[in-house]
Amino acid sequence: MFETLSDRLQNAFARLRSKGKLTEDDVKEAMREIRRALLEADVHHAVAKEFTERIREKAVGQEILQSLSAGQQVVKIVHEELITLMGSDQAKIARAPKPPTVVMMVGLQGAGKTTAAAKLARHLQKKEFRRPMLVAADIYRPAAIDQLKILGQQIEVPVYAPGADIAPQKIVEQAMKEAINGSYDYLIIDTAGRLHIDDTLMDELMQMKSICSPHEILLVIDAMTGQDAITVAEHFHSKLEVTGIIMTKLDGDTRGGAALTVRHVTGCPVKFVGTGEKTDALEPFYPDRMASRILGMGDVLSLIEKAQETIDEKQAKELEAKFLKNEFTLEDFLSQLQQVRKMGPLEQVLGMLPGMGKLKQLQQANVDESQINKVEAIILSMSKAERQKPELVTKSSSRRVRIAKGSGTQVKDVNQLLRQFEDMRKMMKHLTGLTKGGKKGIAGLNALGGLGPKGGMPFGQKGKRRR
Amino acid sequence: MLGIFDKLKAGLTKTRQAFTERVATILRRRKIDEDVYEELEETLLAADVGFETTQFLLDHMQKEARRNKLETADQLVPVLQSAINVILGEDPEPLQFVKDGLTVILFVGVNGVGKTTTIGKMASKWRHEGKKVVIAAGDTFRAAAIEQLVVWGERAGVEVIRQSTGSDAAAVIFDAISAAKARGADLLLCDTAGRLQNKVHLMAELEKVYRVIDREIPGAPHEVFLVLDATTGQNAIVQAKMFHEIARVTGIVLTKLDGTAKGGVVIGVKKALDIPVKWIGFGEGIEDLEPFSSTMFAKALFEGFQTMEKED
Ligand SMILES: Nc1nc2c(ncn2[C@@H]2O[C@H](COP(=O)(O)OP(=O)(O)OP(=O)(O)O)[C@@H](O)[C@H]2O)c(=O)[nH]1
Ligand SMILES: [Mg+2]
Repeated sequence: MFETLSDRLQNAFARLRSKGKLTEDDVKEAMREIRRALLEADVHHAVAKEFTERIREKAVGQEILQSLSAGQQVVKIVHEELITLMGSDQAKIARAPKPPTVVMMVGLQGAGKTTAAAKLARHLQKKEFRRPMLVAADIYRPAAIDQLKILGQQIEVPVYAPGADIAPQKIVEQAMKEAINGSYDYLIIDTAGRLHIDDTLMDELMQMKSICSPHEILLVIDAMTGQDAITVAEHFHSKLEVTGIIMTKLDGDTRGGAALTVRHVTGCPVKFVGTGEKTDALEPFYPDRMASRILGMGDVLSLIEKAQETIDEKQAKELEAKFLKNEFTLEDFLSQLQQVRKMGPLEQVLGMLPGMGKLKQLQQANVDESQINKVEAIILSMSKAERQKPELVTKSSSRRVRIAKGSGTQVKDVNQLLRQFEDMRKMMKHLTGLTKGGKKGIAGLNALGGLGPKGGMPFGQKGKRRR
Repeated sequence: MLGIFDKLKAGLTKTRQAFTERVATILRRRKIDEDVYEELEETLLAADVGFETTQFLLDHMQKEARRNKLETADQLVPVLQSAINVILGEDPEPLQFVKDGLTVILFVGVNGVGKTTTIGKMASKWRHEGKKVVIAAGDTFRAAAIEQLVVWGERAGVEVIRQSTGSDAAAVIFDAISAAKARGADLLLCDTAGRLQNKVHLMAELEKVYRVIDREIPGAPHEVFLVLDATTGQNAIVQAKMFHEIARVTGIVLTKLDGTAKGGVVIGVKKALDIPVKWIGFGEGIEDLEPFSSTMFAKALFEGFQTMEKED
């Protein structure tokens, strides 16, 4: 279960390649695998069907089938199409010309509206320097109001909460006045979770909408949602005209195919994703990352295969254990880095990483081997304790200066390395979950983390960091 | 009280998913051909049965159709339903009480699936059956989780043992066990914080809770219920696997069946991990909880064309 698309395609094409050219039948087989990957990621079956049909046309049209890397290239087309489907640009939150901008959070029970509302408020306050106010309009779920009040306190954003015995319509009406009086520029309304087929409660939302004329109605959807996402999204959208989507719980190991479905039926962009329980765990949405994720991290997996050929089993096992315990250190990283170099020309290795897939970009990437030497030098200039506890270095500027000197680099290089190592750890933690279900271990992954576009080591990929 | 079947049906008939109706039309008096299988495949997929299990069921149907020389499409539905029933197995006893003394149940699951609500419902149910029930507020993490549980405790007329937010979950449960014993309770229901199964440290915390219970009462927890939201897709299989590894799950509570999702992923969970569904939740009311019936579940997956056929 949950083998990746890339895996399956490579296998399918490897089998076929012995026969020579690929035929239309081979493409059909490949489309079956793609459909399967999409279904296992919870993309709606009708959407998956339509999608594979389009890919098939593209694949047949281009002369990729004769090429040796047909599998890779088909994956690439799929990847690109997925991005197109999900919207390639990052969508911002609306801002009304005349404040307050009113944002309504809607969705099923347990989707994560309350938490998302608080996260959004924090984001607006801390990142966009706005003055938000939260509105507690979930009068139904026990203690929902308390929950929002507590979160509001934590993030120091006022919460308008007149109580559970006042109708939500009334709450919204009063909140509007409150916002104007207090000159708040964002009003974020937390509504009660409800079933899309609950007419009474859906009517209630429509009434609230007509009272406060929101600039944004954000549908909050759990990333683990299955095929029903289509029904849910259709209902909410047809009643309320949703303007954007927040996907929650993406820190889990779900593939999150519902994102695609919801985007497809509503045409609304995913504006944010929730990546943790804390109020700061809200991130802008990146379609390309999501595409890789739906496909099972795309090409990364073929890189793992390669890594597994190179990396010795026993050592890999040890690393895996370390990894699960979150004990992966810079020292381990160094030895991994050295292993990666054994895998072959860097360009080729990089070419398999997600986000690096677009060939043109890769040719321009201008991979610089000397950068690896730099990283190596920095790590080698650290003491054993520092390699094992990078926090020591992070916390002490004198250590950083010493290391920079020792390695003939600059302090900013050291800083960058530390930051990226931390990112990589986070990403790996995430990948751990993704691959655990499959047959493969995560061993090989350790080697690669630092090379990914997210953790990106300083390989001359300037401007590629998106965080 | 509205019968649960009616409630489920109300939910299901409200859904007018185009394909379900299409399948109905297609199956009636139609010769079995490839399209029929394709429609059935879509029905299964749409119910979150998942790719692998769906293929398995389709293969099975094709074999049976050949073996029994089935001719019309509507003959396939009972074949499919009974295959699902075979996978789901006999309906188990929904709750195994110990002979005498305290029965301890641990509720686990990811965030927002309905653990706390289910505990409220279950407390009420067993109190009405004459059991003395105590609840442990083991979610010490989420804001207002304790307050939420206390409201449910009041509704059910059951005492909630609690500490403040931020305290150690295992310590709360430890206290609750002593309290439940001291009060001569029959049943202790332990809430836990929702956690995603890939969070290593949170799963370790759960393991600790499990060990504390086992240490206090050897053999306990007697049941570990994994609460699954019927809306969840294929990730439910990973959830079941990971929670089972940490806390030996004995049964699933499938919630939110009052919506339009059918929770078909539990078939895959049973097939892969042999964890049965024991209870279903179908609303936010205190009475919206019932033992699971696999026959009814299999029927509900196809309720669409069953009713259509009767209408014809
Ligand atoms: N429609 C419907 N809603 C339900 C059902 N069970 C629970 N809910 C709702 O789902 C939401 C989440 O339920 P909780 O009981 O708080 O879930 P939980 O698993 O305890 O959540 P956390 O503790 O936050 O992880 C609440 O709004 C409940 O009212 C059900 O069977 N049907
Ligand atoms: Mg809870």
